Amino acid sequence: MSMNSVGRPTRPEAVESGYQPGGRGLLQDEPLLFELDGWDKTGVDLADVGDDLAGFDGLGGLVRSGPIGLPGLSEPETVRHYVRLSQKNHAIDLAIYPLGSCTMKHNPRLNEKMARLPGFADIHPLQPQSTVQGALGLMDRLAHWLKTLTGMPAVALTPKAGAHGELCGLLAIRAAHEAKGQGHRKTVLAPTSAHGTNPATAAFCGYTVVEIAQTADGRVDLADLEAKLGDHVAAIMVTNPNTCGLFERDILEISRLTHAAGAYFYCDGANFNAIVGRVRPGDLGVDAMHINLHKTFSTPHGGGGPGAGPVVLSAALAAYAPTPWVVHDDDGFRLQETPEAEAEAAFGRMCAFHGQMGMYVRAYAYMLSHGADGLKQVAEDAVLNANYLKARLSDLMSPAFPDGPCMHEALFDDSWLEGTGVTTLDFAKAMIDEGFHPMTMYFPLVVHGAMLIEPTETEPKQELDRFVEAMRRLATAAKAGEAERFRAAPVMAPLRRLDETLAARKPRLRWAPVAAEAQAAE
Amino acid sequence: MLGVIGVDHVDQLFVDVPQAARREGPVDLPRHAGELEVERELNQLAGKNRSAGSAPFFCGAGAYRHHVPATVDHLIQRSEFLTSYTPYQPEIAQGTLQMLFEFQTQVAALTGMDVANASLYDGSTATGEAVMMAARVTRRSKAVFSGGVHPHYIETSETLAHAAGVSTAKLPPAVDAEAAVINLIDADTACVVVQTPNVFGTVTDVSKIAEAAHAAGALLVVVTTEAVSYGLLKSPGEMGADIAVAEGQSIGVGLNFGGPYVGLFATRDKFVRQMPGRLCGETVDAEGRRGFVLTLSTREQHIRRDKATSNICTNSGLCALAFSIHMTLLGEVGLRRLAAINHAKARRLAKVVATVPGVEVLTPRYFNEIAVRLPAPAARVVEALAQGGMLAGVPFSRLAPGMDDVVLLAATETTSDADIDLLRLALTKVLAAKELTQ
Amino acid sequence: MSELRFTKDHEWVALDGDVATIGITAYAADQLGDVVFVEVPEVGKTVKAGDGLAVVESVKAASDVYAPVGGEVVAANTELGDSPETVNAVPEAGGWFAKLKVADPAEVAALMDRAAYEDFLQTL
Repeated sequence: MSMNSVGRPTRPEAVESGYQPGGRGLLQDEPLLFELDGWDKTGVDLADVGDDLAGFDGLGGLVRSGPIGLPGLSEPETVRHYVRLSQKNHAIDLAIYPLGSCTMKHNPRLNEKMARLPGFADIHPLQPQSTVQGALGLMDRLAHWLKTLTGMPAVALTPKAGAHGELCGLLAIRAAHEAKGQGHRKTVLAPTSAHGTNPATAAFCGYTVVEIAQTADGRVDLADLEAKLGDHVAAIMVTNPNTCGLFERDILEISRLTHAAGAYFYCDGANFNAIVGRVRPGDLGVDAMHINLHKTFSTPHGGGGPGAGPVVLSAALAAYAPTPWVVHDDDGFRLQETPEAEAEAAFGRMCAFHGQMGMYVRAYAYMLSHGADGLKQVAEDAVLNANYLKARLSDLMSPAFPDGPCMHEALFDDSWLEGTGVTTLDFAKAMIDEGFHPMTMYFPLVVHGAMLIEPTETEPKQELDRFVEAMRRLATAAKAGEAERFRAAPVMAPLRRLDETLAARKPRLRWAPVAAEAQAAE
Repeated sequence: MLGVIGVDHVDQLFVDVPQAARREGPVDLPRHAGELEVERELNQLAGKNRSAGSAPFFCGAGAYRHHVPATVDHLIQRSEFLTSYTPYQPEIAQGTLQMLFEFQTQVAALTGMDVANASLYDGSTATGEAVMMAARVTRRSKAVFSGGVHPHYIETSETLAHAAGVSTAKLPPAVDAEAAVINLIDADTACVVVQTPNVFGTVTDVSKIAEAAHAAGALLVVVTTEAVSYGLLKSPGEMGADIAVAEGQSIGVGLNFGGPYVGLFATRDKFVRQMPGRLCGETVDAEGRRGFVLTLSTREQHIRRDKATSNICTNSGLCALAFSIHMTLLGEVGLRRLAAINHAKARRLAKVVATVPGVEVLTPRYFNEIAVRLPAPAARVVEALAQGGMLAGVPFSRLAPGMDDVVLLAATETTSDADIDLLRLALTKVLAAKELTQ
Repeated sequence: MSELRFTKDHEWVALDGDVATIGITAYAADQLGDVVFVEVPEVGKTVKAGDGLAVVESVKAASDVYAPVGGEVVAANTELGDSPETVNAVPEAGGWFAKLKVADPAEVAALMDRAAYEDFLQTL
């Protein structure tokens, strides 16, 4: 069987097709947009341009002459096309989506409504600042909440996603070192369990990444950290709570050692939802941390973005925050696009304009709705739900770190599947047949056949129990020797397992007319 | 639940948090508020902003006001699109995956390129990523920018490039001098970055620049900030671009005060494995049925970690969906007509504005945006017009120093002839007031 | 052609005169799983022992292939571009990556022979 380096099969075994075109039950088959014969249609009734179109002044040879190759559909056809597609997706609105590390929580619709107010959705980033005082005021208040919740003095709002925030944080760190004549520091330390974005970002910034060992109980190995710190180290990147779902209980010592070595402490804030309102990263000695508004503050994941990743910064790094930022003076709010004071030494710009306003509105609405008291409860309920799942599954599955509580996610390894002929992947695919989205699998890398389950605080006990019952049924079946069923799964989903090897060997990344393909093949 | 876990109080689950870092009371912020109160506060904040639809509106400079059909916003709010995540489990994410495959095909067609990715954060970060990709492909470490590239795009690219040790050179802002960038090309140049229509609205045939870049072993990156222009103008692919990047906001995505937007990124087949971001590809399932998966993911951070092509994790999925739905509603017929209307509006705008005493239209060939020289500081004129209830374009000084008397004016299908006439009257009146020019 | 020599990075080397053919071992191909892409070096490039020579990608892993010995690239197996699966099918024959004109054939002789490599595999 084809497997990858962590033992994850990448090619399904072929099975006989029971496929009939048309649909099944409520699920309709839907061809590609390009196969719907819409080459001369439009679903938009645009005004007649009349005489104004007589020639394109001065554009001459710049006018596009050949066909572009875009189909169009009428409005009802368009609605059906996308509704049919939508029904092939799992969603948090349908059932628990326990994708560890991704924080798939309920997305309140009030936030959607607020983000669509014309006063937020229909304003231009560069219209006169006197006409957008409410928007700038919202950014200022969001910044205040983020600083208060994290106990940090500064925040850069503009990064557009978590990984973009990491880049922003590391660039601030690099700028700070360079300003102090410490530009020779070229190493970043990160645990093996880190999100892949951590080493990717550090390497992108020209740093050599050195891994920090992990203790048997899933935390940073202090002795190894101390041994690897030194005058060559620019920063450490530690996720807390970490990707094993555990709080780094030596966090204060980690930051003390880091600072003593002259390095900065970058905290990956992907898991801030587990501690928001209860623990302030500023009290842990963190110098920079990105906050995924699409995780902790419930902005929707949208099938993979858009996200938002503001970065809170310590006093040592605040001066290096990227432009622009909002300032408040006698004339009201304004955007500062270039450093004005001598102490300001912005390292650059993360993007055009001023970041993900649509996400700021949603996150701010969420913060207002929850308040200081509600956010604290968010953390408590997230941790409570994860520990409940861990407690109810630990007799059948093997928790990677059985001792002590976990934080917002429960991590299991695959040792309990040993001898069953069922892999983590098989188990995950079988969950699909039970109506659930699988947990995160094969991450973090430090645990063999990892299964990382994050229920989030928005799952009621009834849904947790429904999930637990299904997991227990499956686990029992796996142990009872029903490996065949697992290997065949899923059978209830719109498609069976997909051939990733074929997709990567012969990439087909766009639709092409059959005739064109035949030509290309000649 | 606590009993099942075996603790008495939820605090016991936080036992690993050091005592010194635990907060006993709530943080210093207000208590929770009900839906009514939240709406009240946000309505109040929104009310302090003048929305584009409430006034004659001529702002562009990288973000454009277009009419988005109601169907688009309805469909992207379908639970299964809005509240799903990256399609890690393709069997239960075919909706998102098929949509991305269609989006990639649409973007490749629009840009005239072979292949497009599943989107990046926005046009500016896409430009930065294009520079980084060109450096990987050519194994060179310098990027050069024309004076027509949006200044924010240059700054964003510089930040990214300098982080990775790639140097940059740029020409000062210039209305109609894209080809001058050829003089910056040297043996270490990985890519030449030009924009059309450029930040001043000028449309340029960049074929000659492509030839010069290729002759020097460099790639040509063509930036577009107004995606509707693809419906009227020769595509980057037809003009020899190696990488085409664009801001896709104009199609399907609102102004949103600058974000979220959607970055388009397209290139030639031969560079596909050097491309940043997510890619969706066609394959078959175990029964031989067509399906889609994320593919070539070995380029990405979660596999390659410190050897990834980029640190990017997400795309701009929901905005890509909005783009794709709007594009589907338009079709080629609708896009061409929309682009023609935009150009016609801009022609009328240019003609009318030029009649105002002291005003000079600088852009020689344009799509839907023009740069105009005023006989007074543009920022002060625009502010004075705003006081009179008009959102009259973007002073170039908002983007870069110098050219303080230049304002960028855009017209789209949302601009009425009456708006244009009002602009002429208001501009004439404001410019006649002596205090502005003194 | 001499018998194959092996490295701890799971590469094999076959020396014919002063030209060394290089590929990855059956063990490595098996560990990678289905190979989907191979990036071979440009002919004419000079490498030192330990330099990156090629990149081999399977569905979920990408690995650098290091030059086991120094020399100049005199041939590259460009057919792998269309049929990367050859690496899985015949890793120690048709799945070769590149041929190097080696500077010092003694470097090849210093590598493990098959028996030593198989002993090494037992230790993993």
